[in-house]
Amino acid sequence: MSADEPVLELESMDKHFKTTSSFVETVKETVFGEGPKLVRAVDDLDMTLEQNQVQGVIGESGCGKTTLLRTVMGLYDPTGGDIRFQGQSTSEFGKADWKEFRRKVQIVFQDPFNSLDPKFSVRRTIAEPLEIHDIDYDRSDIEEMLEKVGLTPASQYIQQFPNQLSGGEKQRVAIARALVTDPEVILADEPSSMLDVSTQAEILNLLNGLTSEFGVSMIYISHDLSTVSYICDEINVMYLGRIVEKAETRELLSDPKHPYTKALIQSIPIPDPHHDRERATIGGEPGDPIDMPEGCRFKTRCPERMDVCDHTPRDVDPDGEGERSVACHLYYDHEATTGDAEEPVEEHTPETPT
Amino acid sequence: MTDPILEFEDVDIRYRTEKGNDVHAVNDASFSINRHDYFGLVGESGCGKSTIADAIVGGLDANGEVTSGTIRYKGEEIQDYSEKEFNRNVRWKEISVIPQSSMNSLDPVMKLSNQAVEMAKYHTDLTKTEAVDRLRELFEVVGLSESRIHDYPHQFSGGMQQRAIIAFALYLRPSLIIADEPTTALDVIMQDQIIDYINGLKDDWDISMLMITHDISVVFENCDSMAVMHGGQVAETGSVVDVFDRPRHPYAILLQNAFPDVRFPDRELAVIDGHPPQLRGEVDFCTFADRCPWAKPECREGAPDPQAVAGDDDHQAWCIRADEMEELAADHLDRNATEESILEGER
Ligand code: SF4
Ligand code: SF4
Repeated sequence: MSADEPVLELESMDKHFKTTSSFVETVKETVFGEGPKLVRAVDDLDMTLEQNQVQGVIGESGCGKTTLLRTVMGLYDPTGGDIRFQGQSTSEFGKADWKEFRRKVQIVFQDPFNSLDPKFSVRRTIAEPLEIHDIDYDRSDIEEMLEKVGLTPASQYIQQFPNQLSGGEKQRVAIARALVTDPEVILADEPSSMLDVSTQAEILNLLNGLTSEFGVSMIYISHDLSTVSYICDEINVMYLGRIVEKAETRELLSDPKHPYTKALIQSIPIPDPHHDRERATIGGEPGDPIDMPEGCRFKTRCPERMDVCDHTPRDVDPDGEGERSVACHLYYDHEATTGDAEEPVEEHTPETPT
Repeated sequence: MTDPILEFEDVDIRYRTEKGNDVHAVNDASFSINRHDYFGLVGESGCGKSTIADAIVGGLDANGEVTSGTIRYKGEEIQDYSEKEFNRNVRWKEISVIPQSSMNSLDPVMKLSNQAVEMAKYHTDLTKTEAVDRLRELFEVVGLSESRIHDYPHQFSGGMQQRAIIAFALYLRPSLIIADEPTTALDVIMQDQIIDYINGLKDDWDISMLMITHDISVVFENCDSMAVMHGGQVAETGSVVDVFDRPRHPYAILLQNAFPDVRFPDRELAVIDGHPPQLRGEVDFCTFADRCPWAKPECREGAPDPQAVAGDDDHQAWCIRADEMEELAADHLDRNATEESILEGER
């Protein structure tokens, strides 16, 4: 792998589902009606994760961010497009490649109370992935890992069980377990959202230092823009399966383009009684991933909706500098673009997950 | 000038346990809520804020009890009320509750209109038609379509259910509403809208609000005054502006700085080490002492008495070093001074 090659690339990635009863049980993120309708949980998604970079993905429930994470993890096969890890497509992976992938791509879950096995001591929790991947270790390796995530002195923690740990300590153990195999990528599913504020700050500070201290890259999904902005270099705003805006964190916060991004930012309460916030004016219900409208999927809530919004907007670069993108008809000249405003043809055959 | 609707004075609340080491969930808590005021009670899980909410409406678990102190509602002591007295005098028609999730409050298998009729039958002499009409009016207040009043709760999305609950909380025209983390289960945009509805009630309804939350920004934005709790003790109480501009309890200071502020993504978040103590047995010490960077031996020798901040009796901090905090915590108090918001239209 060369030094400037992206560690992970998602190219036009799709994950479509048929809604069937077995599916309802397996995916909690979306709520469904009856009948085998098609859910485009992730639709034509591009993302490039550079080395030592943190890409944030934010959106409401049902936007597809959890499906995105699970597909990248290899829990679902993508229905279309490509996932490349260190330059190699996962569709070409053999058994050994997958094993290597599972060592190099680790996940930290939202809920530290459920993600640790209550019967496993801290030592065994951290040792387990090392044993699975046949990595030699001794007690001092585990202690060193614990110290690195702030569980000091390690000797005090190593024999403890999850029920003896606070929420923040559990999440540190989960982070240590993710880091111990020396991964390239961490997939983080709102790891601070279940914690109290004072603990949340510790975990956010810890996550913030991961890229520099451990040389990992991270995809960080969340519903909460105010915590994401502490961690991420770039933010991808996801709405009903699509990324509607992508920009460097400060750019996105200071100069949001998409009406949905604007609404998300305007909905964040500000911890300051002197601040007078203008509230978002859009409808509060998150979009329904089953009955998605034709054209721009945000049009049912959009205060700026126009006739042309019945057609799917292109992804354009609003600044013309090739650094950010927004999918909204407000940002391009329709006359000047050719072949525009066609609804993309669905060419992939959806599968039913098993 | 002050006209309190609800007063807590030196209230202790305990939960008995079989082994005899009772949980002292709330210790010596004092605060008061003025009429028409929105009051925020903020703190981490286990700090005692939900126990306080339960005690106000007589909803403590069977092993819970107000063991000393007084809770006065409109001047009358209610801490020793029986279940019957709470039902007859307090619940719904004086004090109603907006819970976290509608599942605790609405009957999922009964039409909303019928639930209104039931409530009216028990508490009012409205006719059936009047009872349904009143719900219809309230649906409009909370932004629900009145065509849906004959629906069942399960036909509503989470956000709509929460609005329906607000409608029911207003139904008997109470004087005080307790909102206990009313939006935590919802998505961000919906959260903000529901809070905005709750906030909007201020203008048209003669009510006071006790808003219980872990989210200090919701309190700063929507409340007039507040209390910060830690480990079963009230740490600081005062107007939101006073607590924001001049916090004097170390926990109130650090908590504010631990909270992400989207305007300042480069700000370092304050970390509060450790965790609150288990509240078994007598709480005769400052429960923040194990986590406090400025703790002294005296902090463990007795529960701190309240100190009026800058001579203002409406702004109190339960810290023996409150009057030194301006100096001791100077580094933590100068936030906002130099930073500029990065949000659009604010630079
Ligand atoms: S494309 Fe149209 S409907 Fe969609 S966000 Fe832009 S203006 Fe709104
Ligand atoms: S009383 Fe002591 S331990 Fe408690 S907050 Fe004040 S200085 Fe800290």
